[in-house]
Amino acid sequence: MEVGKVYRVAGPVVHATGLKSHMYDLVLVGEDGLMSEVIGISGDKHIIQVYEDTAGVRPGEPVKETGAALVAQLGPGILTSIYDGVQRPLPALAEASGDFISRGLFVDGIDHKKKWDFEPVVKKGDLVKPGQPVGTVQEQLLIKHKVMVPPNLKGGEVKEIYSGNFTVEETVCVLDDGTELPMIQYWPVRTARPSTVKMAPTIPLRTGQRVIDGFFSLAKGGTAAIPGGFGTGKTVMQQTLSKWSDVDIVVYVGCGERGNEMADLLHEFPELVDPRTDRPLMERSIVYANTSNMPVAAREASIYTGMTTAEYYRDMGYDVLLTADSTSRWAEAMRELSSRLEEMPGEEGYPAYLGARLADFYERSGRVTTLGGEEGSVSVVGAVSPPGGDFTEPVTQNTLRIVKVFWALDAKLTQRRHFPSINWLESYSLYDLDLEPWFVENISPDWNNNKRRAMAILQENAELEEIVMLVGSDALPEDQQLTLEVARMIINYWLAQSAFHPVDTFCPYEKQFDLLEAILGYREFAFEALGRGVPVDVINSAASKDALAKIRLLDDYKPELEKVMKQMADEFKVMS
Amino acid sequence: MTKEYKTINEISGPLIFVEKTEPVGFNELVEIRTDTGVVKRGQVLDTSDAIVVVQVFEGTGGLSKESSVRFTGDVIKMPLSPDIIGRVLSGSGQPKDGGPPIVPDVERDIGGAAINPSVRDKPRAFIQTGISTIDGTNTLVRGQKLPIFSGAGLPHNDIALQIARQAKTLGEAESFAVIFCAMGITNEEAQHFMRDFERTGALERAVVFLNLADDPAVERLLTPRLGLTTAEYLAFDLGMHVLVIYTDMTNYCESMRQMGAAREEVPGRRGYPGYMYTDLATNYERAGIIMGRAGSITQFPILTMPGDDITHPIPDLSGYITEGQMIVSRDLHRKGIYPPIDIRPSLSRLMNSGIGEGHTREDHRAVSDQLYAYYAEGCDLRGLVAIVGKEALSERDRLVLEFADAFEQKFVSQGRDEDRSIFETLDIGWNLLAELPETMLTRIDDHIIKQYHPKYRKE
Ligand SMILES: Nc1ncnc2c1ncn2[C@@H]1O[C@H](COP(=O)(O)OP(=O)(O)O)[C@@H](O)[C@H]1O
Ligand SMILES: [Mg+2]
Repeated sequence: MEVGKVYRVAGPVVHATGLKSHMYDLVLVGEDGLMSEVIGISGDKHIIQVYEDTAGVRPGEPVKETGAALVAQLGPGILTSIYDGVQRPLPALAEASGDFISRGLFVDGIDHKKKWDFEPVVKKGDLVKPGQPVGTVQEQLLIKHKVMVPPNLKGGEVKEIYSGNFTVEETVCVLDDGTELPMIQYWPVRTARPSTVKMAPTIPLRTGQRVIDGFFSLAKGGTAAIPGGFGTGKTVMQQTLSKWSDVDIVVYVGCGERGNEMADLLHEFPELVDPRTDRPLMERSIVYANTSNMPVAAREASIYTGMTTAEYYRDMGYDVLLTADSTSRWAEAMRELSSRLEEMPGEEGYPAYLGARLADFYERSGRVTTLGGEEGSVSVVGAVSPPGGDFTEPVTQNTLRIVKVFWALDAKLTQRRHFPSINWLESYSLYDLDLEPWFVENISPDWNNNKRRAMAILQENAELEEIVMLVGSDALPEDQQLTLEVARMIINYWLAQSAFHPVDTFCPYEKQFDLLEAILGYREFAFEALGRGVPVDVINSAASKDALAKIRLLDDYKPELEKVMKQMADEFKVMS
Repeated sequence: MTKEYKTINEISGPLIFVEKTEPVGFNELVEIRTDTGVVKRGQVLDTSDAIVVVQVFEGTGGLSKESSVRFTGDVIKMPLSPDIIGRVLSGSGQPKDGGPPIVPDVERDIGGAAINPSVRDKPRAFIQTGISTIDGTNTLVRGQKLPIFSGAGLPHNDIALQIARQAKTLGEAESFAVIFCAMGITNEEAQHFMRDFERTGALERAVVFLNLADDPAVERLLTPRLGLTTAEYLAFDLGMHVLVIYTDMTNYCESMRQMGAAREEVPGRRGYPGYMYTDLATNYERAGIIMGRAGSITQFPILTMPGDDITHPIPDLSGYITEGQMIVSRDLHRKGIYPPIDIRPSLSRLMNSGIGEGHTREDHRAVSDQLYAYYAEGCDLRGLVAIVGKEALSERDRLVLEFADAFEQKFVSQGRDEDRSIFETLDIGWNLLAELPETMLTRIDDHIIKQYHPKYRKE
């Protein structure tokens, strides 16, 4: 390993001489050995981004090579971890250096001393391929960790296989060519982990959010972007999805955002239980917290370390959700580093490769057949933070070119405290048609029809509202006034959903369906009544209509809903 | 490391370029002495074997190639001791009150390391400011950073002062301190703050940093860092609850832009540096609470939005970092309403953890949501009324419109010294909602209506 010398320091970028490292190799800069990565080679100089604060680093200080790229440590013990952007466990950093993060600390991504109970799933003489499990470890009460042959090895015949308690570094399996397999594997974070086949997006990812599941559904293995100005609800949505989505594993990447938000999540996740398993959400979660005031280079890396851990659990056959809050901060980190490298800036100062990097990242999503022959998925939801809430900016635009689902947050809805502030006219899901059969088979033959009917009402509502702005609602024909009222019900009683209401934060498919069906049922009654000459004011003052508003807040809603629907039928029967 | 160099090769704006030095550390503190013996301070921005770039805080006026440069071998530090409370310092931390220099117990790097996110405690202690639009609808909690976005000529300073005077947590009496950082504000504005601090005795538990409009612009880049380093000391070493008010962040950002231009950097949006988000974050993120430590830092940055434009990069990037924002509205101000806080674009992101049973009152969230919904709708209807007249409104819409007017008069508007308890605030809210038919209160659970609605409470 060579030892080079610092030549120049400007913020997080260091130039060094005398190195032989390759691009993206990890190097240690200065007397303190600051964790860094080679991001350019120019003439006799290596250009290095430093994952830690460079204050005090001088020209002439040593730069040590490590001979390896930035890798993630993969093995049992990742779940429940809280990492910085380069997979250093934050609690361990706190133990080493106190409440404020200091520099030059190296901590393993997973505990190398802890012993795990390894149970083999292969026996001597079996043939194992790359990606195939050789054993399992009960990582959490309900989550089995599969110990797999690393995808970059050849595999072979099992010569020795052990069982019992081992640390992640101890050999648990030996192959015929002498390869010794410990539980831990190291994977370069910027390289996608391979899989066999990418499958069609035909299974929805259930989020329990009506506007999403009902209107703009995400598929397992799919990609979605959630752009919005500050305060429009990106973070709350990402946290809500992380809580309630029907996935096995959640990777939450807090990329250049708030410390207090991370504290909130870290306090909440251990206490909330996963409705599917009744176990604390934290047991299925991995959190990367590289807040806005932590070094930008590590922020840039956090997206990749997060993705690598997500892929690793996918390879075990799990459904994984990765949420990145916010991909704009990641893009800005790229921009900042690019400008320090004095690269040619593209649009708004972002590097010309912005679009390519975004595409590479989202491309790592998907529902796949793993090398080991299982079915697993990584779904990705990226928050985008457009300056001034203007969606024409480069990060939003480049993202929309790639992702299949667009949840457009709308500041006007936010101001009315309509949450989630997802604009129902602008948003879309390109998985729509692929997912329809699933809903018909699994929830109701009417699911898709109801959706289309509701959307048509909202569309008409938007057009009518423009007229109302000119002439007032009383000037509209009565049937249109009714449509306005029904639209208002869909918006306020169905699309609106508080993430903080203990019950309404999560809405099962069946309840979503029943609630919308009830509103559309009201519409039938109302138009029927109008047809026989009942004045619109009388229709609109039906008590059962307002009673519908609160059904969603009930956990055991069915009896109440039945009561209200019966009341509605009775009311309309006598209405004149 | 205390060798002096007379090798300035170039002076450009606030920057000097020094050659032929021994290795100099990035971010190191630099002292520059002019021919006439004036000493200025600077900081290393770029260092290499060939050239060292230094930004000079007190401006490069009076410097020449003959000036001598000394690299101190250390980053900039703030001297700290409990005696700092009650002191008035310059924007670069020198005594400005005629008092002695601070004899430090400790010296701290003003860059400030990041709080490890895993040791942060969740902010949830309700701070009652006595202002309804904050307590009722945009609740502040201890450890939060909640800026005031205002415009030139609006009473943001009065609001900040009222908050500083009235802010308290319910129940316990605890030791607290105020840090006030002025950046590029006028002497008159600064006096306004100082007089109020003196009048109320607040100065005795305050530390003041003053960089005024005629002080060097580059110095402003230090001021909040000095203030926040002091705040961290008071909060996390001495266990105090610290409220940091700094004004005006817009001037701070202008200095940053100026520095970026001097360094010929590729500018980001509207000429501001691409790293402005990160730079602002390294200030704003120094708010919070740490598990196992007694104190807290709550921040109230004030900024004036250029052209009242909330999409301008300064408020925009701030809003992306802070935990909400209070918007001071020119419209409400013109209507004669004080404090002219428009709740619609305002937000407190940490409100949820500080309200409800055990914090304020069980009905808080529901009342707030319902007030918001009808105030926003009422404001929208005003636009419609301007076109079609009140007569074209439905009965329901007319009620909502009236609600919005009453809301501004009774809930938003209050006296400069009126210190409302949270219960008064919530009750004002209920009285306004009681003017609407009960069936319109769709955002409030029935059991809450039964308990708190004035109609049922009278019985
Ligand atoms: N689904 C929701 N239900 C209730 N309140 C919400 C919801 N989404 C957002 N909010 C409110 O909006 C605020 C801002 O949301 P947040 O997700 O932090 O915005 P962003 O990340 O886009 O800046 C939250 O603090 C909360 O008060
Ligand atoms: Mg956010």
